[in-house]
Amino acid sequence: MSDIEERVKKIVVEHLGVDESKIQSDSKFIDDLGADSLDTVELVMAFEEEFGCEIPDDAAEKIVTMKDAVSFLSDNSN
Amino acid sequence: MRRVVVTGLGAITPLGNSVKNNWESLLQNKSGIKKITKFNVDGYPCTIAGTIEDSLIDEQIISQRDQRRNDRFITLGIIAANEAYLDAGFNPNEEEANRYGVIIGSGIGGLDSIYKNSLILNDQGIRRISPFFIPSSLINLTSGQVSIKYGLKGPNSSPVTACATGTHAIGDSFTLIKNNKADLMICGGSEAAVCPIGMAGFSAARALCDTFNDNPESGSRPWDKKRSGFVMGEGAGVLVLEEYEHAKKRGADIYGEIKGYGLSGDAFHITKPSEDGNGGFRAMEMAVKESELSLEDIQYINAHGTSTPVGDLIELSAVERMFENHKNIFMNSNKSAIGHLLGAAGAVEAVFTLKSIQNSILPATLNLDEPERETFIDLVPNTPKEAKIKNAISNSFGFGGTNASLVIGTI
Repeated sequence: MSDIEERVKKIVVEHLGVDESKIQSDSKFIDDLGADSLDTVELVMAFEEEFGCEIPDDAAEKIVTMKDAVSFLSDNSN
Repeated sequence: MRRVVVTGLGAITPLGNSVKNNWESLLQNKSGIKKITKFNVDGYPCTIAGTIEDSLIDEQIISQRDQRRNDRFITLGIIAANEAYLDAGFNPNEEEANRYGVIIGSGIGGLDSIYKNSLILNDQGIRRISPFFIPSSLINLTSGQVSIKYGLKGPNSSPVTACATGTHAIGDSFTLIKNNKADLMICGGSEAAVCPIGMAGFSAARALCDTFNDNPESGSRPWDKKRSGFVMGEGAGVLVLEEYEHAKKRGADIYGEIKGYGLSGDAFHITKPSEDGNGGFRAMEMAVKESELSLEDIQYINAHGTSTPVGDLIELSAVERMFENHKNIFMNSNKSAIGHLLGAAGAVEAVFTLKSIQNSILPATLNLDEPERETFIDLVPNTPKEAKIKNAISNSFGFGGTNASLVIGTI
């Protein structure tokens, strides 16, 4: 597992209160991990803080799965 | 006529995180008032309060994650509601759930969250404001959260009447059940304003005790000559009210009955009570009238008694006026032990009133060493007193000149 993936996972565990073993790379935050729309806003804020980057709203809308998050952050984190 | 009884109690206060802990501590004359250590109070005129240790907040009831997403007043409200819910032991089907509601209010709501998010907005900008900020601060969100947790789809609202909130929440719930709009209500108040901006605001209004910073447990002293203002406390009190036949049918244990509810406005001043005590008097009078009791049937007043120079005597005079031809009237103030829980005060005090009636013993008014003046009313100074109580009045008065009274008694 990449370092970025691990950090994303840690944030998801903390914010969604889900068991780490349930998180797969294709897990959808809303459909599979029980997030609601407010949770996803908070997740994006937490990603921004952890990775020191800004995630514009149109990009945030496309972050639906774990994989989406890891891939965006791999390309854009400082 | 539909009668309304109490079938569940819950409390978290500076004296403990259950009704049992609270009641035992009250009868042991314990005080929950301490030096504030959670934040820096250098330069604050009042540096003491009734606070609750974080270790007393049970994560099984509300997880760390959910605590972060709710202002503390909601967390405390959920803890007390959970105790009352389990105590009452009901489990509604879908149809019944539409007749079960929640009214838990707060005087101020998410004050600390509003303060913290204001700082974030100022220092870091709009992108750092949490999506949970608004739902964590809104006063009716305790009612919302509790209804979601237990699936209660009946009436759902939240009074906001400063320090009378808890009493209004119980009275409004009583009225809904009595008028056949609900069969069961979870009701009460919660507050968590012991925070920098809360302490600063009440200090600026010159409402807080500023003469006992070195001796916190002596700070809250209703009717005593040395009182200098109220001591703020945090916490929540929640009751389960239920229509009498409904409670009997499911075999619920009954603590007592809510028999009357009175409310009034002073139309006088934003923070001071009306000097003649007429507002409080009329609230009591309306509650007694609804109860259809005569004054001889009432033995005890659970006072608002905040330990403020002006308010204490005005309430005392109003009670004296009401009971002038009667003997053996008791009146105490639980605030001497837990401080003033603002919007939660009336609810916590209703819980203690029911425990007092149930156990035939009145907790002491602590620190009442030298009463401001003589009275024929027994203010229960410094030692708990055994007394057979059939009916009591619980009073709450708030900023804005809002007054509420309940008549609570045995069934």
